[in-house]
Amino acid sequence: MLKRKDLLGLRDLSKDEMLQILGTAVEMKEIIESGDKKTGHLVGKNVVTLFYENSTRTRTSFETAAKIMSANCTSISASASSVQKGETLIDTGLNLDSLLTDIIVLRHNMSGAPHLLARNVRASVINGGDGMNEHPTQALLDIFTMREEFGDDLRGLKVVIAGDVKHSRVARSNIWGLSKLGALVTVVAPRTMLPLEIEKTGVGVSDDLDEAIAGANVVMGLRVQLERQNASLLPSVSEYMRFYGITDSRMAKADAQAILMHPGPLNRNVEVGSSAADGDNSRILKQVTNGVAVRMALMYLLTGGKV
Amino acid sequence: MSILIRNGLVLKDGELKKLDVYIEGDKIEKIGADIRVSADRTLEADGLAVLPGFVDMHCHLREPGFEYKEDIFSGTCAALQGGYTSIACMPNTDPVVDNLAVLKYVIDRAAEIDNCKVYPIAAVTKGQKGEKLTEMGKLKEAGAIAFSDDGRPVSDANMMRLALEYAKGVDALVISHCEDMSLAAGGVVNEGFNATIVGLRGITRVAEELMVAREVLLAEALDYKVHIAHVSTANSVSLIREAKKRGVKVTCETCPHYFSATDEEILSFNTNAKINPPLRTQADVDAIIAGLKDGTIDVIATDHAPHHADEKNREFDLAPNGTSGFETAFSVGYTFLVEAGHMDLAELVDLMSRNPARILGIDGGEISEGAVADIAIVDLEADYVVDSSRFVSKGKNSVFNGWKLKGIPRSVIVNGREKEIRS
Repeated sequence: MLKRKDLLGLRDLSKDEMLQILGTAVEMKEIIESGDKKTGHLVGKNVVTLFYENSTRTRTSFETAAKIMSANCTSISASASSVQKGETLIDTGLNLDSLLTDIIVLRHNMSGAPHLLARNVRASVINGGDGMNEHPTQALLDIFTMREEFGDDLRGLKVVIAGDVKHSRVARSNIWGLSKLGALVTVVAPRTMLPLEIEKTGVGVSDDLDEAIAGANVVMGLRVQLERQNASLLPSVSEYMRFYGITDSRMAKADAQAILMHPGPLNRNVEVGSSAADGDNSRILKQVTNGVAVRMALMYLLTGGKV
Repeated sequence: MSILIRNGLVLKDGELKKLDVYIEGDKIEKIGADIRVSADRTLEADGLAVLPGFVDMHCHLREPGFEYKEDIFSGTCAALQGGYTSIACMPNTDPVVDNLAVLKYVIDRAAEIDNCKVYPIAAVTKGQKGEKLTEMGKLKEAGAIAFSDDGRPVSDANMMRLALEYAKGVDALVISHCEDMSLAAGGVVNEGFNATIVGLRGITRVAEELMVAREVLLAEALDYKVHIAHVSTANSVSLIREAKKRGVKVTCETCPHYFSATDEEILSFNTNAKINPPLRTQADVDAIIAGLKDGTIDVIATDHAPHHADEKNREFDLAPNGTSGFETAFSVGYTFLVEAGHMDLAELVDLMSRNPARILGIDGGEISEGAVADIAIVDLEADYVVDSSRFVSKGKNSVFNGWKLKGIPRSVIVNGREKEIRS
């Protein structure tokens, strides 16, 4: 079991804890691929997904994971709840405590919101993505996918993360997680989408995707939030695609066994070329399945489950 | 009423000397060794420092309108607790102090309460909207000590030019909160490595520096004074240092948190460290200290910004800016500037008493025969761990909560009358 109440980010998670989750996820994946997608790991537990932002994948993934493990699962969207009536996050959390909740999965548009909730509620809080801070379960499933592909030892693995790094919680969680496992991360982004002093985290920084991608083992695209075009962070989609888009021809420069990853939702032909997204190297849909296994492992371990 | 302060270490002519201070009425009547008079009250100040009462030229008392955060009573009680005898409060109340009625309300309420002296600062523009000048002449006559739109900076450069130009005619002091809102771009912390780590939107330091440069150039062109509020960056210090060398009539202040704390405080999403301007980096802290030492920075002000616990106990993005400052200001200054060896006590007291009194043009800031009897008696040897839940201020929001500090005000005398202080 994990000796912690909450999972708020990979920055504060030890390597051992990370490996424990990833190892348990291997077993969980065997279960979900067995055909009989039902276990008793979370019998009698109440899981609530509390989402202040829209989500398809993450929410469904958590709920699928909870249901497979026989938990009771409730989903709350801020847009259709007392949040609209002005209820604070802490009050919502306290009410969920009173509703006998064991795990709250929180997605929030503001960095640090899960930390605030975790400090104030009895239930375990899992960060389902907070602002620009972290999306730890996404990074765990990304890392799980890389380990499936390249073996458990990720030391020296060359990972290129391309796109809006500045606003990306996926990038941050991957940087923390991959760094702890010894992978070599390089980020590529338009300078307006590159956070200040990111190199101090130990990652490589490049302006040139062609150069960065050469010999890479993993190429990860990040979603471009098209509304940012209005904020003048990028001049146009076609300019973006020209310099930062992951295309077949760029993928060809990577290692022959390289894989393409993306956290979704995908903007086809913006950050990733359509044929690259659907190509043999793409693991985008496999990531989604792996997400269920990783989230099963995490919820099981957080509620006292033994490895 | 007369008071004799016996055997204190009196700060006089830049040195602590064991002297007695005799106060009659609201004036310091006599300073000397072993004064023999029969006073109505005798304060034994053995081992304590007798300092000019502190003068805060930047605080928020929240009344009228936000009494759940602070009011003039609780705020002035907190000020006394911190050794302050005079404070100047910002106009961002509800309604805003932009007219005679609200100004007089603050003045009358403070007189009724009769704690420390309260000098209201009025808004530069109506409603702090940056569109139309307030009646600076009338407001000044009625007691406005200075003019500032503080947290809602005058964005339009021409409006600030007009404000300074008009102020010159009525000899009013304009205080500028320097923040270019377009560059601040909705940020909540200093832009830099720590913001990058936690994914909080950063405010570039240029947002402050650009407006510091603007105010300095306007003051220079108009040959008139301007005061820059809460300087927080190294380049702001440089800009002001260079301007002063050229003879520009610019003065400025910083706050205790800008020479003692950095943006590392935000790594735990501690909303008490959400302050505007934001906590910066160690390099900025060092530059602020250098500026305090070489006279570039004239004043240490608190920017006392009390908030209700519910407001701070929210998502970082939603929490309001500010730290409750009165009750820790002196000890932060003493600990991080004097004890740390950057300056002596007399220099710190100049920054906290004499200089702000001079800039505002008010009594106080010195201990000398004939001067007004505004005095703080401070235990320089006492150290303590800050427990903000015990603050007298309603605002328990302190970035210094849990910090170990040294130097505690024990007694305060305002206009020759001893005021109650809790500890």
